[in-house]
Amino acid sequence: MSALLSLTELSVALAGRAAVSGVSLTVTRGEVIALLGANGAGKTTLMRAGLGLIVPRSGMVRLGGGDPHLLNPRDRALRAAYLPQRPQSIWPISVEHLVALGRYAYGAAPERLSGADQAAVDTAIQACSLEKLRSRRMDEISGGEKARAHLARAIAQHAPLLMLDEPTAGLDPAQALAVADIIRTHAPGGAVVFSTHDVALAARTADRLLLLREGRVVAEGAPSVALTPETLEATYGRSARIDRIGDALTVTFS
Amino acid sequence: MSGAARLSLALIIISVLALFTALYLGPVALANPLASDDETRTIVWQIRLPRALTAWLVGAALGLAGAALQGLLRNPLADSGVLGLSGFAALGAVIAFAFGFASLAPAAALIFALGAAALVTVLGWSTRGPASLVLIGVGLSSAAGGLIALGLNLAPNPGALSDLVNWTLGSVEGRSLNDVVLVSVFLIAGAALILFAARGLQALTLGEEAAAAIGANLTRTRVLVVLGAAACAGGATAVAGVIGFVGIAAPHLVRVMAGHDPARLLVPSALAGGAMLVVADTAVRLLPTDTELKLGVAAALVGGPIFALIAARLASRSAEA
Repeated sequence: MSALLSLTELSVALAGRAAVSGVSLTVTRGEVIALLGANGAGKTTLMRAGLGLIVPRSGMVRLGGGDPHLLNPRDRALRAAYLPQRPQSIWPISVEHLVALGRYAYGAAPERLSGADQAAVDTAIQACSLEKLRSRRMDEISGGEKARAHLARAIAQHAPLLMLDEPTAGLDPAQALAVADIIRTHAPGGAVVFSTHDVALAARTADRLLLLREGRVVAEGAPSVALTPETLEATYGRSARIDRIGDALTVTFS
Repeated sequence: MSGAARLSLALIIISVLALFTALYLGPVALANPLASDDETRTIVWQIRLPRALTAWLVGAALGLAGAALQGLLRNPLADSGVLGLSGFAALGAVIAFAFGFASLAPAAALIFALGAAALVTVLGWSTRGPASLVLIGVGLSSAAGGLIALGLNLAPNPGALSDLVNWTLGSVEGRSLNDVVLVSVFLIAGAALILFAARGLQALTLGEEAAAAIGANLTRTRVLVVLGAAACAGGATAVAGVIGFVGIAAPHLVRVMAGHDPARLLVPSALAGGAMLVVADTAVRLLPTDTELKLGVAAALVGGPIFALIAARLASRSAEA
């Protein structure tokens, strides 16, 4: 099966500084991959390079088999949906209108959706529990609700690959778990790459973890393999203790 | 019918009423503007109708350019006046006048508006927040203002100076059907370009990266809107001189009723701009002043406080956030 995303020896420089150095990653259908690392470790840069939003210094990027820089924006959008770290709704449009923007690549105008587009919007709204908020304006809802609305927009795009940059940032534990469940639901038909600072949530949700420090891979693999006190210390620069209670895992930094 | 469609219909009716009112009212009140006597025909067809239509078309062009630029730059304070497009268009026309090429003034206005639009887009694309972009525009406007002042300073004779001053104050007085045709051509061309970019403006609601990620072609959107806004502002300024604030006020008023979707604001903003300028021009014609108040001056007197009000509201909103 061809990879939904493949990065080979990828290096990216931002403002002359190496942000990602020699990272390789292959994402295939059905996988959930979490990117872990301190602030500035290169998680966002890795995603943006994978989407073709920034030009790598060296290495190869293939999005759905094609070079994202050579794909037209529509083709790129049909291969991957992206939730930026701080998603914006510059104008206070309604939640439903925002989610409908996810159908842009299909030629949909938010005010005149076809049956298929409306169905995709409805499904995404339902998946993110936004039914009661669909006609509310984006400046009238809470931070957590905004985060879910933007996630629903990305889901409505119906791209096989979902790239989510800190989708649980600022969410309470229940909402963060709900987002984790949404991520798992998407995986069977596609794949999800997400970044987070919640190590326990990443271990619970992802099939594979990629731990980064200063743009380089510290560890990669299934949570049970990749997460050790040593790799966590190498990633975050603080000593860490890992406790396992059944399937759940807690990490305490000191 | 959606809010934007209902509003557009209402604005069309208001525009038609305003245009008819403009035919009736003036120094000589006409009982029936459609009467076939020579005096009425001359007043209506050679004076009032061209003037009222020019006012409507100039207002529509400025309203449309304002709505499009606000969508592109994601900034409710953007318009062709604030961003220096109108100032540069005026500079182009002043240069054409000063060198004795009055017939080339529209072309010069368009080219200079285009240059300013390109500068604003390049300089402002990566800036965040309304303030920095408006500052770039203020800088460009000041530069254009300084160069226009230089043109006035070096005007060859008092007659030329008076012409230039009158023109830079902004007016549709004494405009002919030729002017109507000229501004129509620019408005139609600009509107076609801008409406092609309407979906891209919708996508930009999400910010640049997310807009690109949902499949919007940002380069295409940018080029179409910049060219379209420059055509509208250049055409309007070439015919009527500098008329500010319509481009800010029209979209702002329309948002109250039609919502915030930048694509759905375009047509109502053009209609509102047109209606506003016809009403404003009729008002300046009726004011009992010895010298007729220039339309650009009236627009600045009314529009300035509106601009300050919008800026203050935005500032208080960002302070709350």
